Amino acid sequence: MRWSDIVEFVPILLQGAGMSVLITVSCLVLSTALGLVWALLKMSRHAPVRRVVTTLINVVRGLPMIVILFYVYFVFPDIHLQMNAVEASIVGLAFGYSTYVAEIIRSGIESVDPGQYEAAQSIGMGKIKTMTRVILPQAIKVALPPFSNTLVSMLKDSSLASTITVSEMTRQGSLIAAATFQNLTVYTLVAIGYLAMSLPLMGLTRQLERRFGKHRVK
Amino acid sequence: MIEIKDVHKSFGAVRVLKGITLNVRQGEVVCLIGASGSGKSTLLRCINALESYDSGEIRLLDQLVEQRCRQINQLRTQVGMVFQRFNLFPHRTAVENVMEGPVHVKREPLDQARRDAIELLRKVGLGERAHAYPHQLSGGQQQRVAIARSLAMKPKAILFDEPTSALDPELVGEVLSVMRTLAREGMTMLVVTHEMGFAREVADRVCFLHAGSIIEEGSAKEVLGCPREARTKEFLRHVLTHRVEDPLADNGGTGAVA
Repeated sequence: MRWSDIVEFVPILLQGAGMSVLITVSCLVLSTALGLVWALLKMSRHAPVRRVVTTLINVVRGLPMIVILFYVYFVFPDIHLQMNAVEASIVGLAFGYSTYVAEIIRSGIESVDPGQYEAAQSIGMGKIKTMTRVILPQAIKVALPPFSNTLVSMLKDSSLASTITVSEMTRQGSLIAAATFQNLTVYTLVAIGYLAMSLPLMGLTRQLERRFGKHRVK
Repeated sequence: MIEIKDVHKSFGAVRVLKGITLNVRQGEVVCLIGASGSGKSTLLRCINALESYDSGEIRLLDQLVEQRCRQINQLRTQVGMVFQRFNLFPHRTAVENVMEGPVHVKREPLDQARRDAIELLRKVGLGERAHAYPHQLSGGQQQRVAIARSLAMKPKAILFDEPTSALDPELVGEVLSVMRTLAREGMTMLVVTHEMGFAREVADRVCFLHAGSIIEEGSAKEVLGCPREARTKEFLRHVLTHRVEDPLADNGGTGAVA
């Protein structure tokens, strides 16, 4: 491992890291929005809606993430859904992760005492306000730890985008490694790169848990 | 004010309410007593549509109560409910709990609502604890906040669902005393309770429910003092012998069934 190699590789890897972050953050936003939709639909009053969503969630969860990515990138163009590699990786990961997020949100919501709905109803609160003002703030507290684990997984799984030619950190690394044979240097740097992001993320999670834990539910 | 006419309700094969008819007039305090499973709580929950009923009719302030109807939320703002397990919002302070309805349902201005909320908390003896979270309060304090929360909506009537059953015995008194004050001020109250002392002292009328029917109804003196029905006698004997801690049960006067 030579210092001059490190100096040379790091900027390239950092470029890739930027792409990894972009994919992770986009995936986080999209999958959370989509996951909230699945979760609410899964708790729908109408049984057919519940059944369709449950099936969808199970099907997606039963697939390897990489297969979803390949499907979005290679098969969607056949049905005239043209996407570039970055878009495909974001859509694929977000769709895959939305089902995990949905289950996390649902379990959070279901952990809230039914008495809370009744209390909100008894003061004449409508459904949407009951959700946003009473239920979700309490559900978030329960959902946060598993949600943050999922966020870390998203970051790590953004490396799967390398398989569909997205130049994120892992792919940048393997390109350098193939060109220079400096496997030890390159992959150590890549590993450090991921840890530099995931460890603070875990720390942030702990802090959030503490903040939301200000009130205890019995 | 509250008119209940021949209301029936089943949970699956279990018939919980078998034709209940009951009217509560303005300013009246009616206590519902009876063994657990007799349908008292279910009846109460039907009145503000937390529970649906199968047949019959419930009218609140001359409006038909139906779970599916659009105005149900509007109707609910006019009748408060106090729960056995308080059901305060744990992520909000006492004063925020009380303000929640006025601000987010009635859209009152924030500072007005805050002033009213503090005033109500003072009324239930918790002016000092306005900024405490529910978990920092005792059960009795939480229940008093819950009463303030329902009062904040300026309801025409309040339903109490066993408001003291989840409390340690030494905390029951403070909640009952708040309820007593409300009764004295002329609040219309329908109270499911096991506190016979409270019923005797405050209730204008007591109804004894058994297996989904009101089998005895009358003034507190009549029903608790000299019940006609054998099942009422039986029930009262049980309650009074098992609840010796009730400080009001033995203060004589109406002569409990021994």
